[in-house]
Amino acid sequence: MRIGLFATCIADTLFPETGKAVVSLLERLGHEVEFPPAQTCCGQMHLNSGYRREAAALAERFVRIFDGFDAVVSPSSSCVGTVRELYPHLLGGSASVVEGVYELSELLVGRLGLEDVGAYFPHRVTYHPTCHSLRVTRVGDAPLRLLRAVRGLELVELPEADECCGFGGTFSIKNADTSIAMLGDKCRAVVASGAEICTAVDASCLMQIGGGLARGRTGVRTMHLAEILVSEERA
Amino acid sequence: MSAAPRDFPAAAREALADSQLRRNLRNATTTIRDKRARAVAEAPDWEELREAGRAIKADTLARLDEYLLQFEAAVEAAGGRVHWARDAAEANALVVEVARNHGADEVVKMKSLTTDETRLNDALAAAGIRAVETDFAELILQLDGDWSSHILVPAIHLNRSEIRDLFRRTIVDGPLSDEPAELAEAARLYLRERFLRARVGVSGANFGVAESGTICVVESEGNGRMCTTLPEVLVTVLGIEKLVPTLEDLEVFLQLLPRSATGERMNPYTSLWTGVTDGDGPRELHVVLLDNGRTNVLRDEVGRQALHCIRCSACLNVCPVYSRTGGHAYGSVYPGPIGAILTPQLLGIEHAASLPFASSLCGACYEVCPVKIDIPTVLLHLRAKAVEAKPSAAEAAAMRGLGWVFRDPRRLALAQRLARLAQAPFVRGGTISWAPGPLARWTRARELQPVARESFREWWGRRRT
Repeated sequence: MRIGLFATCIADTLFPETGKAVVSLLERLGHEVEFPPAQTCCGQMHLNSGYRREAAALAERFVRIFDGFDAVVSPSSSCVGTVRELYPHLLGGSASVVEGVYELSELLVGRLGLEDVGAYFPHRVTYHPTCHSLRVTRVGDAPLRLLRAVRGLELVELPEADECCGFGGTFSIKNADTSIAMLGDKCRAVVASGAEICTAVDASCLMQIGGGLARGRTGVRTMHLAEILVSEERA
Repeated sequence: MSAAPRDFPAAAREALADSQLRRNLRNATTTIRDKRARAVAEAPDWEELREAGRAIKADTLARLDEYLLQFEAAVEAAGGRVHWARDAAEANALVVEVARNHGADEVVKMKSLTTDETRLNDALAAAGIRAVETDFAELILQLDGDWSSHILVPAIHLNRSEIRDLFRRTIVDGPLSDEPAELAEAARLYLRERFLRARVGVSGANFGVAESGTICVVESEGNGRMCTTLPEVLVTVLGIEKLVPTLEDLEVFLQLLPRSATGERMNPYTSLWTGVTDGDGPRELHVVLLDNGRTNVLRDEVGRQALHCIRCSACLNVCPVYSRTGGHAYGSVYPGPIGAILTPQLLGIEHAASLPFASSLCGACYEVCPVKIDIPTVLLHLRAKAVEAKPSAAEAAAMRGLGWVFRDPRRLALAQRLARLAQAPFVRGGTISWAPGPLARWTRARELQPVARESFREWWGRRRT
């Protein structure tokens, strides 16, 4: 399958390892991955902050750039949600919208029918279901199915898992105090889970949770699901 | 609505520092949240009910002019009087006039958000008329000179020992424990006297039935029924969006509302009355139909769904923002997610421009809303309006600048390289612990991830060659 990778502006700029992991994983599974270099950002930040004109310009670019792939994959449920759920409103009913845009776990479990991707990761991990993966893209338990099939991985439950981490894009800056209060509770839950790593399907939420865990010197780190799934037992 | 709320971030900052408030809110919201989840899970046709609720509300609003006239005719045919109020001042003046006509210097009130919205108690006080709040929580707030912080549980920010202390300061002479039954008994003794001497009662309403002119009130304590049956005169203030076409439609809402609001299968006290009846209940019924900004909301194709709200408050209880800041931070009688979309529309976006941003867009509110109000979508719609109505020059410049960068991958690549240079003085051990400007608000409590030494696009370019 010829898969277009939408890396997202955050992973491209701040978390390139996440993008590399998606490429290596899908190639290992026998697919051809292409990163159209014209891509930049889906426009979610502009849309969520009230700048619709800027967002619409970025949406039009996205649709043009990602036309014609068998599937488009992205390591962000939030960006996928923007493309799938918000572009139709943003671009008006008549505009063409890209078909087959998937968050990584959706592509693997839903479209490709995989759960065991041959990963080995001998660590204690907890999974934070991000708000947009739960309620916008609705990936369901796809990430958990993938994690359960990883050899060596011990999956521990996150208390109050479906509580928002407080990121919310520019909310984290505009309403920093409320965002920090939400983050504090999330960090306590992650630490209480006893995990050494907290994973999720959104680099943005992981940036918030990871930033809080690191500031608190908790010794717990964050890692995108793709980076866990790409890990293999070295011979 | 009148008075504009404070800027949300500043009000929230104060509320977040109140440890007692945080604990009270956490206990109360998680309890109601869990109860609701259980009550909803056992209703097999919940999704169909939600859709029915949404559809009835959408249809009613689309033909509101017809339903309002039908309602007016039905109320008058049943012996009631209908008054039309364009705004809060007109509505309050009508209530004051009725009270004066009957020589009342005191009125008993049931819990009513609509009359809180119009600040009726202040208007009555200015006319020399005391309004006695008879809902337990509303009474607590009135005695404390405080105001509601939750649609359904107005005193959610107080715990029982705080209420005991308040009662001892105000209405109870002698010993009083913080046992709920004892507190309720104290309020009961205080209120009975007032119920029995009241000549005028004031109510809000949950629903008005257009076909019959019937008014429906849903409550848990029974005090509302005292207000609507004991006094000789009853004034009901009703927002124009509260209509439903037929009595049968109540079947849907009386299932949706209690499960969403208190997590109960059925509501404890449901009162319905149509006009006046000889020898039973009030001899005079006045119904005030209130607009107060609602027709402006109706004009907005995206925002009008906020008028579907049946005031269950499920969205407050699940909201990660509300459950930490409480209701006062929203500066309105309508707090939480529904308040964040309703208040700016009723007041005008320029008067509450910070409210649509008081959300992380987590979507929990939309998921629980019994009439499927797509709150996140309305929030985005109102954010765009807020940016237009109250632009911040610095933010707009930054957003336009970023938009310009993102419209060309070469500019993005250049921006990544420049950011790498600019961040160099701030990176220590692979992390940024302090950043200047607006990013300082990030680094106040979080490490900041630096721009990578090699971006993904640079890696891809290198890999290709």
